[in-house]
Amino acid sequence: MKLELQGITKTFGPLVANDHIDLVVEPGEIHALLGENGAGKSTLMNVLYGLYVPDEGRILVDDAPVTFAGPGDAMAAGIGMVHQHFMLVPVFTVAENVVLGHEPVRGAGLIDLPEARRRVKEISDRFGFHVDPDAYIEDLPVGVQQRVEIIKALSRQAEVLILDEPTAVLTPQETDELIGIMRQLKESGTSIVFITHKLREVRAVADRITVIRRGKVVGTAQPSSTETELASMMVGRSVDLGVDRSVAVPGEVTVQVRNLTVIDQAGVRQIDDVSFDVARGEIVAIAGVQGNGQTELTEVVLGLQAPVAGSVTLDGVELVGRSVRDVLHAGVGFVPEDRSTDGVIADFSIAENLILDLHRYEPFARGVALRPAAVRENAEKRIAEFDVRTGSIDAHASTLSGGNQQKVVLAREMSRPLRLLIASQPTRGLDVGSIEFVHTRIVQERDNGTPVIIVSTELDEVLALADRILVMYRGRIVGDVPGGTDRDVLGLMMAGVPLDDAVRQAAEHRTTLGVADLEAAAPGAPPAPPAPPTAPTSPTAPTMPDQEEL
Amino acid sequence: MSAPTIDAPASARPASAQVLPPIRWHAPIAYAAVALVGLVVFGLLGPSGETSTFGISTSRDFIQFTPFSVPSKLTAIVLCLGALALAGVSFYETRRREKAGVWLPITYGVLMVFAFLVWAVAGKDSALPLTGLLQGSLFLAIPLVFGALAGLLCERSGIINIAIEGQLLGGAFLAAVVATLTGSAYAGLIAAPVAGALVGLLLVLFSIKYVVNQIIVGVVLNVLVIGVTSYLFSTVLKANPDTWNNPPGLPVISIPVLSQIPIIGPVLFRQTALVYIMYVVVIVLQIMVFRSRWGLRLRSVGEHPKAADTVGIKVNRTRLRSTVLGGAVAGLGGAFFTVAAGLAFGKEMTNGKGYIALAAMILGRWSPKGALAAALLFGFANNLQLQLSIIQTPIPSQIMLMTPYIVTIFAVAGLVGRVRPPAAEGIPYTK
Repeated sequence: MKLELQGITKTFGPLVANDHIDLVVEPGEIHALLGENGAGKSTLMNVLYGLYVPDEGRILVDDAPVTFAGPGDAMAAGIGMVHQHFMLVPVFTVAENVVLGHEPVRGAGLIDLPEARRRVKEISDRFGFHVDPDAYIEDLPVGVQQRVEIIKALSRQAEVLILDEPTAVLTPQETDELIGIMRQLKESGTSIVFITHKLREVRAVADRITVIRRGKVVGTAQPSSTETELASMMVGRSVDLGVDRSVAVPGEVTVQVRNLTVIDQAGVRQIDDVSFDVARGEIVAIAGVQGNGQTELTEVVLGLQAPVAGSVTLDGVELVGRSVRDVLHAGVGFVPEDRSTDGVIADFSIAENLILDLHRYEPFARGVALRPAAVRENAEKRIAEFDVRTGSIDAHASTLSGGNQQKVVLAREMSRPLRLLIASQPTRGLDVGSIEFVHTRIVQERDNGTPVIIVSTELDEVLALADRILVMYRGRIVGDVPGGTDRDVLGLMMAGVPLDDAVRQAAEHRTTLGVADLEAAAPGAPPAPPAPPTAPTSPTAPTMPDQEEL
Repeated sequence: MSAPTIDAPASARPASAQVLPPIRWHAPIAYAAVALVGLVVFGLLGPSGETSTFGISTSRDFIQFTPFSVPSKLTAIVLCLGALALAGVSFYETRRREKAGVWLPITYGVLMVFAFLVWAVAGKDSALPLTGLLQGSLFLAIPLVFGALAGLLCERSGIINIAIEGQLLGGAFLAAVVATLTGSAYAGLIAAPVAGALVGLLLVLFSIKYVVNQIIVGVVLNVLVIGVTSYLFSTVLKANPDTWNNPPGLPVISIPVLSQIPIIGPVLFRQTALVYIMYVVVIVLQIMVFRSRWGLRLRSVGEHPKAADTVGIKVNRTRLRSTVLGGAVAGLGGAFFTVAAGLAFGKEMTNGKGYIALAAMILGRWSPKGALAAALLFGFANNLQLQLSIIQTPIPSQIMLMTPYIVTIFAVAGLVGRVRPPAAEGIPYTK
């Protein structure tokens, strides 16, 4: 089926998300839609999927104009979508999610569960997905959830499959499998629209590339284009893909985490006997697939959650059991993973957001009263220093773009003298310019001698920033490796493979992205072999469950 | 309470994988404490040499059982010791980090209730009618069952229905008026859901179209229905009660054979049409909510509306329908207050039952059969208070009046444990 978008325009108030976008997806091709976060890719796809009504322009299926009043119409026309945030009901089973909206029924409207299971099995077997139709979604890892989404689209006879940032949540090995699935789908005649901002994946899999910038199509490219070419098309200027940073000079160890264990209300071990150190002037990145205990780890350090055992010391002072205010006062700076809900208060002004944790101290407070003049003065200074793009310091934080919100958070956290900086997903969803800025500031903080802990699910970010990498899997640290460790090794460890096995398996089987890494490194130095372990990995490791999939 | 730990130095255990979550002793301690208090108050300090008499059969039963008597003090002691033993089981299982089955709290509750009853009726001449107690419990549970079902229909779709109280009251009012005007109790039964559905419609209109906070709309609607019905009551109904407010009662229909079963026969099968409708509604909803296409869509809308939208389910339309349906169910429950017993409508006669129904819905974990069980528990507590105030127990009636609500608070706070309401409950869906 041929799909064509002509002159699609969509505005939200003053913001033009899509500006006369034209796009043609030929039958059986993998068409990559490349653009930065915020460039308007998702808006375009939501228009195509019937979730938004375009202000202008039209959609043609096999050269016949169609209008979609809702996703139901789009699906009926053969368009399926795998959303970046999965559209699966967590408390339903796989089969229930797959048939939702077009359920097979027997008399009296009761769902025909055997038929529902059969539909799942059929597609699952055809592509070798190994998905249990009766498993509950909330119990499945994200990679499997994504397959459920694909099954869901295919079971509705989708002929065009839209994948919105599908690799954001995957390990390199899972990404490789996804690329395999995409090729398989293409063989069977399904067209794929692959939305991403990751250059390597685009080059690995796309037949054709359309680049969007600020809501406009800025051109098309061939997969043979270099990453640098694609990047400059995407961003609109030449970008340096790496972070410019000096070699770390670790000082004394001031942060010690020992035998930390967190068990949640449901009895699940979110953190299981975790121990590590962070030295001054060192960036330690905690890598791992979302939901393997990273969030809990940062929250325990900050005092938002209580561990059942273990200790966290900063400069020899115990942090566990102290209030969040005490921990902040001890010099911990915290950048939460969800900036829009936990990082800023949307309905407070920028100036107010900049003193959220300092409002009770001089010079912002005098007795019980705030001193607005001092608050404003501080805001003016910070905004200039952190290059926050806004009309006024009195504007609500909700009016800022994601990148500028994150700058506000960083400005606030870095406005105190820090003894430890924890940043969770510091650049998730940001545009390239903001990413560069945030990374630079984090490295600067490190160079000032602050121990820094970064939590990131993005391997690109981990590799760009980390002096040392801890890989978390199911609440345990499965590896403690130097920065710049091979991507494939990290990916395998993120799936729970112990370091030694990971090194061996990575050497035997390179992923597409891993190969791209080696090629990228080739012009300069010879490809770095998988780094050997340095520090002996913590007393965890030996038996890792659930490796049978690998 | 437990033995002192002598083996303290032995705690040099391997560091990994041995850390376990702290054991929560709340439940066994509470069981033991209550059983001990019962043992002392009902048993050891209880009246000596008295007997407690319980009746089993009603006068219309086919097989008659004579009332039986038990020695009060001894029986209470035995029952409380039994409860204490269960507390011991609870200690044992908690220590072994096992979860006790649901039989434990139920058995414990039955034992303690009986111990209390034995003590309360000790030395009374009249027998405490057990069948009557159960029959009355079911009777008083009717509005709670309908109310709780209404609540879960709305909340499963993501709309919080605080307006159950108003829907019950509206149903009671319209049922009384229509039944009086037509002279038919069944006409009243048909009219009641209409009133409830109208309140539901208002709730969903403000919630979806004007995106008002659902709890606030619900509370305001309750006040509105109280105002409207009280106004009409004072101006129209009171002026001419025979024309407007003298509804006939629903006849009691005995199901042949089934109603002759001792104890449960008269309780379950010698009832009005409203109760038989209730059985049907509970069973049908239990199946439809969890097994049908309609139920799957309903729940998807309440759990993850965007996911439902992306597969072509109209979220707000689904919510509208289920809320109106829920309102109708609650309205039907309102008929209990008037036509079910042939009572005239009175100001604010629902008396907070809508809120208790909400508690029954939570205690029943948003499932129809759970709502039924929870409503029966509340109905029992309510009826116990009525029965005991009739036979004049040593407890002040004000305290007895509080029991249903105390039971409600404890039930919702403690017994339910961790419950998970529908994820998108109370959150308006806008694109």
